[in-house]
Amino acid sequence: MSEPIKHHLTDQLLMSYAAGTLPEAFSLVVATHVSLCDECRARLAEFEALGGAVLEDEAAVELSSGALDATLKLISQKAKDPIKTEKVSRGIFPKPLQDYVGGDVEAVRWKRLGNGVKQAILPTSRDASVRLLYIPAGSEMPDHGHNGTELTMVLQGAYLDEDGRFARGDVEVANEEMEHTPVADIGEDCICLAATDAPLKFNSLIPRVAQKFLRI
Amino acid sequence: MLTSASTRNQKRAPLGKVSYDVVSVLTTKSDSPARKATDVNVQDRAAKGAWVAELAAIRDRQDKAAFAALFEHFAPRVKAFLMKSGANAALAEETTQEVMATLWTKAHMFDPGRASVATWIFTIARNRSIDAIRKQRRPEPEDLAWGPEAEPDQEESMALQQESKKLAQALSELPEKQRTLIERAYYGDLSHSEIAAETGLPLGTIKSRIRLALDRLRHAMK
Repeated sequence: MSEPIKHHLTDQLLMSYAAGTLPEAFSLVVATHVSLCDECRARLAEFEALGGAVLEDEAAVELSSGALDATLKLISQKAKDPIKTEKVSRGIFPKPLQDYVGGDVEAVRWKRLGNGVKQAILPTSRDASVRLLYIPAGSEMPDHGHNGTELTMVLQGAYLDEDGRFARGDVEVANEEMEHTPVADIGEDCICLAATDAPLKFNSLIPRVAQKFLRI
Repeated sequence: MLTSASTRNQKRAPLGKVSYDVVSVLTTKSDSPARKATDVNVQDRAAKGAWVAELAAIRDRQDKAAFAALFEHFAPRVKAFLMKSGANAALAEETTQEVMATLWTKAHMFDPGRASVATWIFTIARNRSIDAIRKQRRPEPEDLAWGPEAEPDQEESMALQQESKKLAQALSELPEKQRTLIERAYYGDLSHSEIAAETGLPLGTIKSRIRLALDRLRHAMK
């Protein structure tokens, strides 16, 4: 079931995630992909190293006179942080995604969109949105273009579109210019995690009015 | 790749992930308190100014002088970073103190084979800033399933500290315009399009300048 990951995150996304400037919804896709992808994990470490260099390069700003004492006092009130012994997820969803769903795939509260397609919007800050999509094997995703940036990551099954084949772990980064028609691979129902900073423009299936209501 | 050491060290557990007792049972090397004391000296000599020894002194001896030295160097930089990231002076000061206190309470989790001290502090400051200033959650990748080689390796950690220094040097030697763009991307006070509006540069130019800066940094790290 595990083919090597072929479609990775862009430098810009990894850098923004390392900087901590991405909307929460995008951060969730990045963290989920990095959980499965050693290559992007290594690249992320590089961008964090660059963050360290930026911090080191910073011109010092004066602190209040009692800052060190105040900090030592703060420390005296704090316990040593326990070492986390989190287990790596054995389910379909990596750990960061399970945190948002409240469990693995069986915990998802799907809402039907028609033709067997289902979605579940996950709670994040409102500067962008993220949802799980369930597309039956061989089915076509509604044809849509984009207003902003959209990240789609495959968790189960695979889909094909104008840019190639996307399987578990693969991420597709789509922007305004892109119109694509993803079709779920025939082998298995496809589950994707999709984040966007703008409402999707569906050209068919779901009327424009419903978009606002469904928050897609 | 900017730092090959960070790639090589991917499968390394943070210090303290496995307790020293367990490590000394699992490995043939002695990990007695005596060895820990010499570690500090070795690291001090090898990575002078990289603050690894000070952090180890906090971890091992709750050393307040070592903390004061780290505080003096990093707290004013963390505060500057937070202010440029959009916090006012009061919030930046308060958050800086929390960041520096976290440094103490998490000292046992720092792994010199995975990150430089500056990088580690940067990630703590970033996470506090997302939480306290942007009021958002931060989804983090799950940790790797650490293999049996969980003991921090002196040589690898020295290599990583050296490469971090090289990276800082390379950043400071970038042409002014490129360095500024990289820094602003990290402050996050401006999006790429906002940088474009402010500098009058078209968005494509911004992206290609950042890419160019990254290429230069990668080249400098070869």
